[in-house]
Amino acid sequence: MRIGVLAIQGDYGKHRQMLESLGQEAPLVRTERELKECDGLIVPGGESTTLTILLQKHGLWDPLHAFGRRKAIFGTCAGLILLSREVRDHKLASLNLIDLEVERNAYGRQIDSFIDRVRLDLRGTPGSMEGVFIRAPRIIACGMEVTPLGWHHEEVVAAENEHIMVSTFHPELTESTLLHRHFLTKVSRFLHD
Amino acid sequence: MQTIENMRVKIGLAEMLKGGVIMDVTTAEQAKIAEEAGAVAVMALERIPADIRAHGGVARMSDPTVIKSIQTAVSIPVMAKCRIGHFAEAQVLEALGVDFIDESEVLTPADEEFHVDKWKFKVPFVCGCRNLGEALRRIAEGAAMIRTKGEAGSGNIVEAVRHMRAVQGGIRRLQGLGDEELVTEAKNLGAPVELVREVKKLGKLPVPNFSAGGVATPADASLMMQLGAETVFVGSGIFKSSDPVKRARAIVSATTHYLDFDLIARESEGLGEAMPGLEISSIPENERMAGRGW
Repeated sequence: MRIGVLAIQGDYGKHRQMLESLGQEAPLVRTERELKECDGLIVPGGESTTLTILLQKHGLWDPLHAFGRRKAIFGTCAGLILLSREVRDHKLASLNLIDLEVERNAYGRQIDSFIDRVRLDLRGTPGSMEGVFIRAPRIIACGMEVTPLGWHHEEVVAAENEHIMVSTFHPELTESTLLHRHFLTKVSRFLHD
Repeated sequence: MQTIENMRVKIGLAEMLKGGVIMDVTTAEQAKIAEEAGAVAVMALERIPADIRAHGGVARMSDPTVIKSIQTAVSIPVMAKCRIGHFAEAQVLEALGVDFIDESEVLTPADEEFHVDKWKFKVPFVCGCRNLGEALRRIAEGAAMIRTKGEAGSGNIVEAVRHMRAVQGGIRRLQGLGDEELVTEAKNLGAPVELVREVKKLGKLPVPNFSAGGVATPADASLMMQLGAETVFVGSGIFKSSDPVKRARAIVSATTHYLDFDLIARESEGLGEAMPGLEISSIPENERMAGRGW
């Protein structure tokens, strides 16, 4: 199984470290050819405007969209923004691969960034982990076919649909591998498609 | 415990900026150009380094009006500079809600002995360095990101290369030392031994290491990334060139695809005039910025 990490911009190195700590091969993906060789993909945290501009400029936008219809993608923070249906007050396009409405920088500026516990329910397996929220987005509305996976207080901060998994926080900046392991299971479901 | 958690949140933002370009801007219009070109953050300044150099006199923190107008114009992180050791300027910048403070040698130092105690702040700091010892002293003071000093406003990459090589060389040297040699090495570096041990173990700095000072072309950005920079600051290089929009986009692409030389060749075509640039030896010793701080 090859899980690529989109290495256009952001903390892709941290996702790669986490996948490798799980014994998983994690090639960096910068081109369409590299994407084609992957069974699953992580879109890391970074700046969503930068990621969008570069993906469109270098011909990765449509291949990424097609990839997300057939295989599994996990997006954290900026990755979530890219994958969502709608981004409030934002002029750039999103990939519309998961039925979420999100708001960028919803908690404020960097001085409002924080670490707090996140409650998880990974399809019947309850748990909790540390959530690192860096200039984080908020999920404002979830579509019918979206299943919540994690909550901060009463707010949904992690979710999934058939192919796409997202979190508003950064599991790659913690010691907890719970969400990454959940993603590995998800990727394996589409291996023979 | 609170301090450690704060530090993780601070370094977290630096992690998100990796693989990107941070651009110096002086107006809301320039900030928008930078954001639309794909900058990961902007540095809000009253004057870019080349103009600070030309203007002379004491260079201070920017007017809050400039910073606020840039904060309103863009959604990417906004950074601002305070003078070395000027903790009150830093307190003001924190109150303005800037996302990162650069305690910068580009401004005239306010304290010739001590830097700001950066642990006391909730906002993260980036500091310049010329070698490993200087990088570790700044990290010991609470910096969440390190950048090479380069020679700001010169349009000349030579000093940034020198400083990046010095840091990387210092790290490689530690890998070859025995544990019993580390206390003496710490003494020679002028850095805390705990950090020296950590760098030996990690094989890199414990915080992200960016490059600044003298980047003017897409190839300059690729050079610094290949030498080990994790992100590139571009100061005067964009808005002192003849076609800032095109050059900004080209430098952003070259930073992401820093090993794709066909792409960098295409991006480098027809960019117009780069900023004029200065030979370092032509800058009088007392006007060189990299030597400020210790």
